Amino acid sequence: MDWIQNLGKNTIERFSAIGRASFMLFGAIVAKPNLAKGFPLFVKQVYVIGVLSLVIILVSGLFIGMVLALQGYTVLVDYGAEDSLGQMVSLSLLRELGPVVTALLFAGRAGSALTAEIGLMKATEQLTSLEMMAVDPLRRVIAPRFWAGVFSMPILAMLFSSVGIIGGHLVGVEWLGVDQGSFWSIMQASVQFEGDILNGIIKSIVFAIVVTWIAIFRGYDAIPTSEGISRATTQTVVQSSLAVLGLDFVLTALMFGS
Amino acid sequence: MISKKIELLVGFFVALGIAALMFLALNIASSGMSGSGETYNLYAKFDNIGGLKVRSSIKVGGVVVGRVEEIKLDTEDYAPVAKLAIDTRYNNFPDTSSLSILTSGLLGEQYLGLEPGFIDETVGILGEGDFIEDTKSALVLEELIGQFLFSQGSE
Repeated sequence: MDWIQNLGKNTIERFSAIGRASFMLFGAIVAKPNLAKGFPLFVKQVYVIGVLSLVIILVSGLFIGMVLALQGYTVLVDYGAEDSLGQMVSLSLLRELGPVVTALLFAGRAGSALTAEIGLMKATEQLTSLEMMAVDPLRRVIAPRFWAGVFSMPILAMLFSSVGIIGGHLVGVEWLGVDQGSFWSIMQASVQFEGDILNGIIKSIVFAIVVTWIAIFRGYDAIPTSEGISRATTQTVVQSSLAVLGLDFVLTALMFGS
Repeated sequence: MISKKIELLVGFFVALGIAALMFLALNIASSGMSGSGETYNLYAKFDNIGGLKVRSSIKVGGVVVGRVEEIKLDTEDYAPVAKLAIDTRYNNFPDTSSLSILTSGLLGEQYLGLEPGFIDETVGILGEGDFIEDTKSALVLEELIGQFLFSQGSE
């Protein structure tokens, strides 16, 4: 009987968490926008979330592009098809690795920070104090962070793909001696703007919404103790990584599956 | 108030994002013949289109002049018909031109090779909606091998 009771309790908790998360997001983003007040907050958050994530995104993009080129070359050269290296590197970056790895790094770098920050705000009762001063914490604290995350991640993903392709070019052309002309021309012939680049951007926007939402909600909903915040931060990284990987499969099936 | 430095860095970040999008759109994706230019349509009927696909390129002497827009089956004689979209810059092909399905490289993808025909007074110019009559079908490897074995056996 205990087992069934636990199952019921967990189910109810899950669903009420989804409900609370939706209410939080709804309260944060469905409101009359106040640009004069909101925009500086938004810019500040773009700095914290986006600009400060640049280094890790650029460095990992470069190395992933280089590794892709190196691994792809060793396989393609067996078939005498090393000219298609550019196509392989750019398609795998634009369609999959760019959006997905960016989202995973973003969850670890910015998502956990968001959760910890908001969780600590809650634990030190700053959110309650804001409400006491008739400032809606959803609009003052949550909304700019959410929009900044949604805005930053597609930019980061595009930078990741671009830098990755440059890394692939470095290894493929400069080091392994693939012909530069065919590297670029086969890449350009096979990559389509709508089909590949735009779908990659759509993917990263979806991931951005999911990761930022989970991060903010976990912080907002954290148990206001040090242990609760640490658990919330862990949950953010785990849940958003799993959500990204699961959603990626669904989106890939929808976009490229037919 | 947020400092000038943060505003500057955010501006830099956004500019970097726009630059990345431009880089991807202009350098990585196929520019030019991606359906943006003016095109006109020709049709061609084949016996067998092999591995020809929609968006396969149409080349004259190796230069891309258009793309295959649609492939469907003629319901009367069940022959595949390809609808070709050709750049209007190249609108002077005589109707003696011939089309053949070729393969780039040994394992590469298939494309249409357009061979412009001769021109004299009796020969018209291909315009919107015309059929190219002289077509050569794709070489299907299995049929080739079959013919080869058959001719070996009959000797």
